[in-house]
Amino acid sequence: MRRVRAGSAALTVLAWAAALLLAFPLLWALLTSFKSELEALEFPPHFVSFHWTLDGYRAVLADGEYFRSLVNSLVIAGGSSAFALALAIPAAWALAFAPTHRTRSILLWMLSTKMLPAVGAFIPVFLFYRDWGLLDSKLGLLLLLAASNLPIAVWMLFSNFREVPGEILEASRMDGASLPQELAMVLAPMSLPGIASTFFLIFTLAWNESFWTLNLTTAQAAPLTAFIAAFSSPQGLFWARLSAASILSIAPVLVIGWLCQRQLVRGLTFGAVK
Amino acid sequence: MRSYWTWLPALALASCSSGGQEQTTLIIATVNNGDMVRLKELASEFEATHPRIKLEWVVLEENILRQKVTTDVAIKGGQYDIVTIGAYEVPIWAKRRWLASLDDLGPAYAADDLIAPVKAAVSFQGVQYAAPFNAEGTFTMYRTDLFRRAGIVMPARPDWAFLTAAAAKLNDPAAGTYGICLRGKAGWGENMAAFLTMAHSYGGRLFDERWRPQFDSPEWRTTLDTYVGALRKWGPPGAATNGFNENLALFAQGKCAIWFDSTVAAPFLSDPKTSKVADSTGFAPAPAETSGKGANWLWTWALAVPISSKRSPEAKQFIRWAAGPGYAAIVARHAGWLAVPPGTRMSLYRNPNYRKAAPFAEVTLQAINAADPTSPSRLPVPYIGVQYAAIPEWQGIGTEIGQQFSAAIAGRVSTKDALAEAQAASRRQLAAAGYYK
Amino acid sequence: MTARAVAKRKPAYLRKHGQILVAPAVIMLLAFSLAPLIATLRFSVTDYRLLFPDVTGFVGLANYRNLIANPDFWPALVNTILLVGFVLASTVAVGLGLALLLERAVVGKSVLRLLVISPFFVMPPVSALLWKNLLMQPVSGFFAWLASMAGVPAFDWFAKAPLLSVALIVAWQWLPFATLILLTSLQSFDRDQREAATVDGASSTSIFRHLVLPHLARPIAIVVMMETIFLLGTFAEVLVTTGGGKASTNLAFLVYSQAMLQYDIGAASAAGIIAIIFANIVAFFLVRAVGRSLEV
Repeated sequence: MRRVRAGSAALTVLAWAAALLLAFPLLWALLTSFKSELEALEFPPHFVSFHWTLDGYRAVLADGEYFRSLVNSLVIAGGSSAFALALAIPAAWALAFAPTHRTRSILLWMLSTKMLPAVGAFIPVFLFYRDWGLLDSKLGLLLLLAASNLPIAVWMLFSNFREVPGEILEASRMDGASLPQELAMVLAPMSLPGIASTFFLIFTLAWNESFWTLNLTTAQAAPLTAFIAAFSSPQGLFWARLSAASILSIAPVLVIGWLCQRQLVRGLTFGAVK
Repeated sequence: MRSYWTWLPALALASCSSGGQEQTTLIIATVNNGDMVRLKELASEFEATHPRIKLEWVVLEENILRQKVTTDVAIKGGQYDIVTIGAYEVPIWAKRRWLASLDDLGPAYAADDLIAPVKAAVSFQGVQYAAPFNAEGTFTMYRTDLFRRAGIVMPARPDWAFLTAAAAKLNDPAAGTYGICLRGKAGWGENMAAFLTMAHSYGGRLFDERWRPQFDSPEWRTTLDTYVGALRKWGPPGAATNGFNENLALFAQGKCAIWFDSTVAAPFLSDPKTSKVADSTGFAPAPAETSGKGANWLWTWALAVPISSKRSPEAKQFIRWAAGPGYAAIVARHAGWLAVPPGTRMSLYRNPNYRKAAPFAEVTLQAINAADPTSPSRLPVPYIGVQYAAIPEWQGIGTEIGQQFSAAIAGRVSTKDALAEAQAASRRQLAAAGYYK
Repeated sequence: MTARAVAKRKPAYLRKHGQILVAPAVIMLLAFSLAPLIATLRFSVTDYRLLFPDVTGFVGLANYRNLIANPDFWPALVNTILLVGFVLASTVAVGLGLALLLERAVVGKSVLRLLVISPFFVMPPVSALLWKNLLMQPVSGFFAWLASMAGVPAFDWFAKAPLLSVALIVAWQWLPFATLILLTSLQSFDRDQREAATVDGASSTSIFRHLVLPHLARPIAIVVMMETIFLLGTFAEVLVTTGGGKASTNLAFLVYSQAMLQYDIGAASAAGIIAIIFANIVAFFLVRAVGRSLEV
């Protein structure tokens, strides 16, 4: 049990203030989602003393599109992230623990694949997908987003694996562990927080990706990004509805983030090294 | 689980291609304005009476919709059976033969019931290529209570001199009321729509018969000085990035004394649920100068069938229902007469129920009838359109010029420099597009 | 098996497995990057406009020339650098501070973390809309209200400082990214080592400077590299708030406006290739600056 120092109390307060400040726009959107359209733009703004209503949420959930979009988002974001991790973990291991003179170039090359703006590659990809029947398909988006996030996953895992002290791995090797054993029983547990945060980050990136998901889908595979685009900037007042739609599309990520929290919170114990 | 979802719709669509007894699925791409959203809600009535047709909706914000649909139709992606396009797209797409003719919709569609300028806007070389769903013109909205208090009377046909004088008198930032609200947000469909309409009403034009830009003409000079000057002196802060929606919010909150913009604002402003000034909003015709031409713009959202669609008989069935004369009654039954999509059919404006529910009906009808996109200026022009030019290059040119004018409103450039930049930019783009060969 | 034998066996053993393990990722990336790149190169030297499908043909470098002659081109490059620089500096600096704070906080760490990460959850276009209309609007936005309480006139963000406003929104979105990576790295930092130093009498600033910062050098380098790649390609915020304009256009937005507003695929492809060249130049300087910290 750690001794709680007085300094920690002050730092905690500061941390909470900073966090609330940072999350303020989102909290403001949360508040707005419970207002009527007219009151959403009231000036001076009301914090509590307005007419609380669920009209915004009702309008957004009215036709059930939300649930289909939600499933699509989960499949696309989850699937592409899992797939990207499956490719990235072995790659990052190799780059971190078996470095060659080519390691740096490979890493930089991977990052360079993201240099072509998505808009620039739009028509070639659209044509290709059209000819292969991948338009408006979850599979098509899944592959594309996996490739898009793969460099990020590799870089983050590389950074994380580099933090693992080599001595532990060498010790396990000297104890006679084979490569798969080394990966599964020594490396994985130690870098679980890193893997979890990598998954979480690329999942969020895929969840929020709004160029490909909008332009390569129509009705069947449209995820939440397309769903929100239906509430964005129509003619008229739409702030309560847009806020409600945004909150509804953030909520699943929050839940997943909460579940990943436990991995992030768990500290690494390297006392064993000593 | 995943493969089930991927293959099932493909299977469904494949089994529909025989067009026989199986179900046909129509994919409809539409804008997210209130009328369209309501159409989507009420479409279950169509599905109930047409059990063999199922509807899938793609509802998007206007700009995203335009990009997706244009890209798909141009590359023949074949993803949509019905698309919602505007008056700007119809002549361009019809010329490229991307749309199916809608002349065969039959007597139930009552094509003669359409208001004349609206029907002309969706036709090309005499053939109708899109079915208008709603239409809009321009008019002036003002606060009757503020006018009364200041002793100003709105004339039957206001002009810009009157409006600016009234704005100067009514401008009261301390009380939170700004004299005049106008579009400032950069965009060919945002501030350029208003600027161009105003320039046309002064007798100016975008290009002359040889496609030379006319931003160096005195009419444009007057337009910029009046418009930018009015906003800078009597407009709300942030005017340079206020578009239709922002101004609607401002007016509905009671912050604008005068607002020149589209007739679609009327239902929002007349409804106490969405407007704080529902009781004190007046409507007057758009400011017109001597020639009377070009003061009124015309826009319509219309349903069209891309040539590449394989389900055009079913698509036309839906269009007959959604854009036909009977749809108004269906909306009225569910949401009241105020919610009926305005501006397309004379039968709506002859209907006493509608007249009673919508006090702005008369002004709207006048505004639409007065619009003539084929002749927006008293000088001859080589293009169609009052608030746009129906050429493919207009999107790029209009956006670039819109940014210049928005910067002028923000005070970052002078109106003189903004006009010079506009002149150079449009010349450059037209030259690159081959207009001067 | 002796330790020496194992150690001797290591290099080749690892190297062989290393190549196999990297291969799938490399192949996937090759497939998804090479084909679009070649197609984009091809389009960039043709006249391909969606609204003029019958007009095709090789036009050499005309698309590139037209793009460079565009008066928005050089300002766009400058704006891109300014935007990326501002966001990098602010996210790393503030992210570091936040990570340190979060690491030391003792109450409600998980909720804190979620709050701090929350900006990253919002779709960029929606973020921009929320900031522009609910916060920065000079008439009815939250900042205007704060200003009125303080008795100063509201600041017209997008009229007076469009690029800064866009940069603020982007920085807000990316702060959680930097914070998360730095926090994860901080947590792996050996606390025992740090406490030992404290016991030995080192001051906390000295610990920070000589122990913590060097440990963080690599994650900071990673954050910088990754954020740069993303930031070079952001345009959604510009599109939603200012819609372009010389003061706030960046290179990615130019690409977008060519592709989606003018439907000029040839020009958009040329702009995309220029964006790649530009990104390579930026990456070159970046690697020189922070590359060593990567310890690769």
